Amino acid sequence: MYLKELFKEMNKIGIGSLGIVILISVFLGMVTTLQTAYQLIVAWIPPSVIGEIVTETSMLELAPTITGLVLAGRVGSSLASELGTMRVKEQIDALDVMGVNSAAFLVFPKILGSIIVIPMLVVIATFLMIMSGAFIGNNTGIVPYNEFVEGALDIFKVKVFVLSLTKAYTFAFMISSISCYQGYYSSGGATGVGRSSTKAVVWSCVLILFSDYIIAQLFL
Amino acid sequence: MIEVTGLRKSFEGREVLKGIDAVFEPGKINMIIGASGSGKTVTIKCMVGLIEPDHGDIRYSGRTVLGLHIKEKKKIRQEIGMLFQSAALFDSMTVAENVAFPLRMFTKQSEAEIRERVAFCLHRVELDHAGPKYPAEISGGMQKRVGIARAIALDIKYLYCDEPNSGLDPVTSLVIDHLIKEITEEYNITTIINTHDMNSIFEVGDHIMYLYQGQKLWEGSPTEIVESDIPELQDFIFASPFIRNAYQHKLKRK
Repeated sequence: MYLKELFKEMNKIGIGSLGIVILISVFLGMVTTLQTAYQLIVAWIPPSVIGEIVTETSMLELAPTITGLVLAGRVGSSLASELGTMRVKEQIDALDVMGVNSAAFLVFPKILGSIIVIPMLVVIATFLMIMSGAFIGNNTGIVPYNEFVEGALDIFKVKVFVLSLTKAYTFAFMISSISCYQGYYSSGGATGVGRSSTKAVVWSCVLILFSDYIIAQLFL
Repeated sequence: MIEVTGLRKSFEGREVLKGIDAVFEPGKINMIIGASGSGKTVTIKCMVGLIEPDHGDIRYSGRTVLGLHIKEKKKIRQEIGMLFQSAALFDSMTVAENVAFPLRMFTKQSEAEIRERVAFCLHRVELDHAGPKYPAEISGGMQKRVGIARAIALDIKYLYCDEPNSGLDPVTSLVIDHLIKEITEEYNITTIINTHDMNSIFEVGDHIMYLYQGQKLWEGSPTEIVESDIPELQDFIFASPFIRNAYQHKLKRK
């Protein structure tokens, strides 16, 4: 039963958020390439530097943080409002009366599902940002594919990838635990559910930004 | 049998339950009545373990619940079924999945056995064809019946109903009342209904407990209730002039 819930949550969070993550990653990758090129058009800087900057920026900051912030809105509000509605419609009470540990049954699969799936989304986002950057660089004549990829491979460091994943896991835990907490302890009918949902998103975003800074400070 | 002794509960310094003693017999419909804010829901929530009382004791067939280890509490809770005011069905599950839920959680029955039990429970509440539907696709009365089916899916000994007729038309209310009555007698369950529906009280009530400002003010049978000399209870029963006139007319005819 718990395993079934876990897969359900992973599907809901992962597949459900894939569309928005793809959309944002592709556009961010393209915009980053264009803006980096705009700032770096100097004859003595090789175009492969654009690939380096786009790759490192995507891995270090854009993919984990922007994906985290987007998922705080998309997943955070969904988790909080789902649990909040269950609370006000007495469905959580029904579980408790049956002798089911409602917190474990409802919250645990959501948190674990997020921790498994959100880092995967961040990896996908990183890959798409770099690929879309390369695509737009090549198509607009700013930087050819091979030079972009050369730059990307030059700058790739395992440490940066690990840092990116560290951020992703941290943000996944924050989004899911804050949202589940807000939803689970929701009260006050429909207004209360709305309030919990808003609090979940706001607190998740604030803590993502704060922890982003802390992680960067600690690792770099 | 459920015995409640000296049940007290306060919220933020305001005493909501002021020492309630009661005995609820098996095979009977025990009703807790009282005005809004009299402590009915808090009493039931304390009894099912949703709220921890400040003082008092609750015993299920002689077993004290309060202070029990979580595993023991869980065992007792699996003998309890509850029909909520809003039915509290899980939106994301079909009617059949809702009824199957406690079986999947607490039994090691095979899928075939679960399907058979679900079909039996749905048949018992006359909802044979509602299995594949979602709660949002059925009426309020049907949702309540699914709630009853889910409550009896496991072999329960105690059934709690929190305002089972709330939001239902008088005819559907009677259907629900009679269904609860039939199930109570059929399985010899101790049923406790929290209500302020006068029709239900007279139609299916066996034992009635009247709460007033967090205290038990009166208890007895439906025939005794109309003859009680407690003004608060009389005001509660005959709040509607129509019922008062009807009762007086009946007395005159006698």
